[in-house]
Amino acid sequence: MKIPRPRGALTEVLFESLLTGSDVPSAPAGTDDTDAALALWVLYELHHHGFDDVDDEREWDPDLLRLRAELERDLEDRLRERWTGPPTTGAFTATFFDWVAEQDGVSLAAHVHRDADRDQVLELLRVRSIYHLQESDPTAWVVPRLGVRSKAALMELQYDEYGNGDPNRLHHHLYALGMEASGLDASYGAYIDEAPLEILEQNNAMSLFGLHRRFRGAALGHLAAFEATSSLPSRRMMQGLERLEFPAELVDYYAEHVEADAVHEQLAVRTICGSLLEEEPQLEESLWFGAFTCLDLEDRFGRLMLDRWLSAELTAECQDVA
Amino acid sequence: MSFDHPDAILCPGGPMLIRGNHAVEDPDGVPHGTTRPVSAVCRCLKSSSLPWCDGTHKVLPADLRPA
Ligand code: FES
Ligand SMILES: [Fe+2]
Ligand SMILES: [Fe+2]
Repeated sequence: MKIPRPRGALTEVLFESLLTGSDVPSAPAGTDDTDAALALWVLYELHHHGFDDVDDEREWDPDLLRLRAELERDLEDRLRERWTGPPTTGAFTATFFDWVAEQDGVSLAAHVHRDADRDQVLELLRVRSIYHLQESDPTAWVVPRLGVRSKAALMELQYDEYGNGDPNRLHHHLYALGMEASGLDASYGAYIDEAPLEILEQNNAMSLFGLHRRFRGAALGHLAAFEATSSLPSRRMMQGLERLEFPAELVDYYAEHVEADAVHEQLAVRTICGSLLEEEPQLEESLWFGAFTCLDLEDRFGRLMLDRWLSAELTAECQDVA
Repeated sequence: MSFDHPDAILCPGGPMLIRGNHAVEDPDGVPHGTTRPVSAVCRCLKSSSLPWCDGTHKVLPADLRPA
C-alpha cells in the first residue's frame, strides 16, 4: 500500500514528512475531522501493514508517536462524549443481548437485502473493505494483556477468525476472494481514498482499543457488540447479494459469518467478557463503553450511507430491523 | 489451579455450544459434522441453518426461546 491522498492541511504536511523525513506537524485546534481521522489511520497503519513508500523505521518515531497521542486524545474525548453511560440494570453477561436488542441503530443489511442496487452494494463493499480486509487483527493486540481464562477464551474465538489453521478459511482472506470475484481490488487499503470519516473512525476506534492496555475492556466489549450484531445481518447480506447475483465467493463470506458469529457472539459475551469480569471486575464499565462505541459508530456509518442513497422516509424504514 | 472447561455450554434463550468434533443430526436425520473448535447447536429449531444456530432465536418472542 502507498500513502493515500491527503485530505487537508494536516495530512498534507504529515504525508510529506512520512515520504521525505521532513518535520512532523502537530494537529492544530480546528483541524478538519476527516483530515485528523485519516492522519490517525495512517499512523496506526505503520503498526499494521506499513506503506511501500515509508521507511519501516518510522513506526516508532517519537515525533509521530507524539502526534498520534494528540489525535488519540481527541478521538477518545469524542467517543466518551457520545457515550450515554453503562446501563443501570443487571450484570453484563446476563443483560448484554437484551441491551443490544434495545439499541435502535439503522441496518444497512436490511437495505441490501431488499432494495439496494448493484452500485450501492459495490460502494459498501469498497468502503467496508478497510475493516473486512483486517477483521480481527486489532483485537489480536489484546491477547498478551489478559489473564489466563480470558486469554484462552479470546484465542478460542480468534482461532476460528483466523481459519483454524487453514489459510483458505481465514476470514479476511474470504472477503478478499469475494472482492476479487466481484471485480474489486482486494489489496489492503485500496479504497482508503473514498473511505468517509465514519469508516475511518470505526477503524481508528478498534486500533485505539487494541493498542492501549488500558482499553483492553473496551476492546473486548467492542468485540462482543460486533459479534452480537453479525449473524442476522450477515444472512440479510447473503440474501441481498444473491438477489443482485453477486458471485458465490462473496456470498460465502457472509454465509461463514452467519454460522461463525452465532458461535462467536456467545463466546464473546459468556466466555471472553464473562471471564474477564471475573478476573478484573473493575473493567465492566469499560466493556460497556467499547460495546456502545461499536454500535454507535456502525449506526453513524449506516446513516451516512442511507442518507446518501435514500429519502429520509426510507431511511426510517431501515431503523430497528436486525 | 484448574479451571472449568466444559464440553458443552447451554446458553439461556439460545444455542448449546459444543467443543470438539461431533456429528450432529438435523431434524431430517441428516448428520452434519462440526467444522470449528466450538459450534452452536440450535435449540429453538427455528434456525435456517439447522442443526446450527444462526441467531434466529433472538427475534423469537420470549416464550418460544429455549429455556
Ligand atoms: S438457538 Fe439460535 S437459532 Fe435456534
Ligand atoms: Fe470474522
Ligand atoms: Fe466473528
